[in-house]
Amino acid sequence: MQESLKQKRITAFWRDERILNILGQVAFILILLFIASLIFQNMRDGLARQGIILSYSFLSGISGFDISESLIEYSRTSSYWQAYQVGLLNTLSVSIVGVIASTIFGVILGVARLSTNFLINRLAAFYLELIRNLSLLVFLIFWYLGVFLKLPRVRDAVVWPGDIFLTNRGVGIPWGLPTDSYPTFRLILLIGIVLSFIVFFALRAYSNRTGQAPLTTLWTLLTFIITAIIGWLVLPERPLTFDIPAVEGLNISGGKVLSPEFMALTSGLVLYTSAFIGEVVRSGILSVSKGQVEASHALGLNSFQTLRLIVFPQALRVIIPPLTSQYLNLIKNSSLAIAVGYPDVFYISNTIQNQTGRAVEMISMVMLTYLIFSLITSLFMNWYNQRIKLVER
Amino acid sequence: MTQSNTILPPLTERSGIIRWVRKNLFGSWLDAFLTIIGAFIIYWAVKGLFTWVFTVAEWQVVATNLRLFIIGQYPLEQAWRLWVALAFLMFLTGNSLGIWARKSYFATILLLAFPVLLTLFPFGDEPRKWLIILTIVGVIGWGIGRTASEKLSRIVIFGWVISLPIFILLTRGFTPEDGIMPIVGTNLWGGLLLTFLLTVVGIIFSFPLGVLLALGRRSELPAIRFASILYIELVRGVPLITVFFMAQLMLPLFLPPNITIDRVLRAMVAVTLFSAAYLAENVRGGLQAIPKGQFEAAHALGLNGLQTMYFIILPQALRLIIPILVGQFIAVFKDTALVAIVGLFDLVGIAKTVLAQPDFLGLQREVYVFISLIYWVLSYGMSYLSQQLEIKLGVGKR
Repeated sequence: MQESLKQKRITAFWRDERILNILGQVAFILILLFIASLIFQNMRDGLARQGIILSYSFLSGISGFDISESLIEYSRTSSYWQAYQVGLLNTLSVSIVGVIASTIFGVILGVARLSTNFLINRLAAFYLELIRNLSLLVFLIFWYLGVFLKLPRVRDAVVWPGDIFLTNRGVGIPWGLPTDSYPTFRLILLIGIVLSFIVFFALRAYSNRTGQAPLTTLWTLLTFIITAIIGWLVLPERPLTFDIPAVEGLNISGGKVLSPEFMALTSGLVLYTSAFIGEVVRSGILSVSKGQVEASHALGLNSFQTLRLIVFPQALRVIIPPLTSQYLNLIKNSSLAIAVGYPDVFYISNTIQNQTGRAVEMISMVMLTYLIFSLITSLFMNWYNQRIKLVER
Repeated sequence: MTQSNTILPPLTERSGIIRWVRKNLFGSWLDAFLTIIGAFIIYWAVKGLFTWVFTVAEWQVVATNLRLFIIGQYPLEQAWRLWVALAFLMFLTGNSLGIWARKSYFATILLLAFPVLLTLFPFGDEPRKWLIILTIVGVIGWGIGRTASEKLSRIVIFGWVISLPIFILLTRGFTPEDGIMPIVGTNLWGGLLLTFLLTVVGIIFSFPLGVLLALGRRSELPAIRFASILYIELVRGVPLITVFFMAQLMLPLFLPPNITIDRVLRAMVAVTLFSAAYLAENVRGGLQAIPKGQFEAAHALGLNGLQTMYFIILPQALRLIIPILVGQFIAVFKDTALVAIVGLFDLVGIAKTVLAQPDFLGLQREVYVFISLIYWVLSYGMSYLSQQLEIKLGVGKR
């Protein structure tokens, strides 16, 4: 008896699950490493045959190509690395404009889709169904070739109210030019931010103390806006003069001219993503059970208070995770800029790669860049999600 | 007689157009305002659209190049092979509808009559003939499926399994130049044909990979779990277009120098690898929805880990996510448009070549509206049909 028990305890190692698991994993890793090394070997040999050694030092070479729009100083004598930075900033600006605009538009669509007004409801539903079944690439190309490049020539520019010039060379909008008092105004804006923070924390402390729910966001924003307006009026000279675009020969002078590429990319991305965000918002609001609304009405809250204090906070918890993935999609989709010729990071890296033949380096750089963008966005949204998450026991 | 029996609802619940309008369109001042704005938007959009479609647009560009849009540069004298392949698919579709979707008449009629509806487009006589044959084949298949017993279902499933190889074999051909089916190089595949093949190949091959990745991500072995997470998150973090470029430029470098793969195949690899990561997350969602009791019950019955997964967990999990898989299929279908950027001639790539023809310069709107229409009809049709079938078959809930 005793002996047989002892024998059972010492199982042969090829039948011991723990050891098998470890062995299996080691084998798995070895196979992966083997494949990876094989791929790497092949790649190095292939590159060597083309006379290329894997290295990123070519980035300091002179680029020699022009970029149509840039937020920083750039010319064709700048380095490849500077060109890459230009692309990076352009991607960032499209992404930021896109995220903000598509959130606003998406929320409007989502709410409209839930409207009791039959016409508005159907209109939003039609829009959502229309957009969600299109291919984004075709949509973007259509906006570029079919809309913004088909606008009239500069000479026959269409002028919309508010001095917006629509031409096939771009869209001219009024733009503020800083004057001598602008630095002072910036200081005032900074004070405004500090003040609104004070108001924010004061109101929150008040809310925690008394259990009341003041309109924190509204007052915070109002503080900032009022400070800004006071600053604007108090200064002897206006901090910004408005530069209004005008037709001058074959070009638009003055104001800010948004290129057709930028307009096509942002408007396409915004219209497309907002349809998906609209659906996210709708499902989020629908997820709040009707009993919550009825209960809050029974407690004597009016419909605005119900929306602000009961429905919205609960809907937000459902909305945030899918909203995050929509933001990520928008950022990744901005790489389709290459189809409309907007110099974003992918377009520029493609140009660099065509010039230098450094495919591996450029593709790895671009992938890393987008991974970092995705990571930052996810981290931020996860942090926000943690903050608003339902606190359970 | 019956009239005296009908009981009228109370006055407030009686429906009338005016009452309905007042309730749904002019409930309050704000409502009335919104209604008027909405009506203006509709009027403006519809009027603009109709004027453009019927008076301004020159649809000649689409009518002339219809063949290019559908099959690209595929040689015309070999087109019958595609029709035969389609007829095979149509037969299977009719058969499956007859066996499994006996009650969804609307979806059946829509699917079977679709080819005939297409004859309204300005195709030539030859395609029209084939389209009608397609519907006839579909109806025959439906009739057989309906009358034949359950025995047939095995054969139909087998038919679906071999349908893609048959389709590709017929498209590509297998005899030299003078045989009955000369090989047509992938560089001649184009238009909707290429889009369709990329989508189907991408989805089918990414499916096993995605399931494996999902299982790997839930594995208890850290090495496998970590590798799966790394793959999934890496692929999901980068745009599809970079994956396409990687496949076109770097895949040839990764392989030994004596192996070359053509550009269409590279694109297929890219779609597969990309879609697998997203599919893995969907499958993981399905796996997480399976209650723990199922695992425990399977173990209690003496099934080992592999058997538990294969016989108990995966069938349930995959059944749960069928609607999501259809969504993924549609997403891949729309995403394959990006191969145009790496120089393949799918629908969008063909559009570029069509617009480069000297006869049709400056007709971008017509061409891209037409392509959008194709994408829209197919995407919407797929999602609509899948919804109908889900309701009828009770898929996804039990």
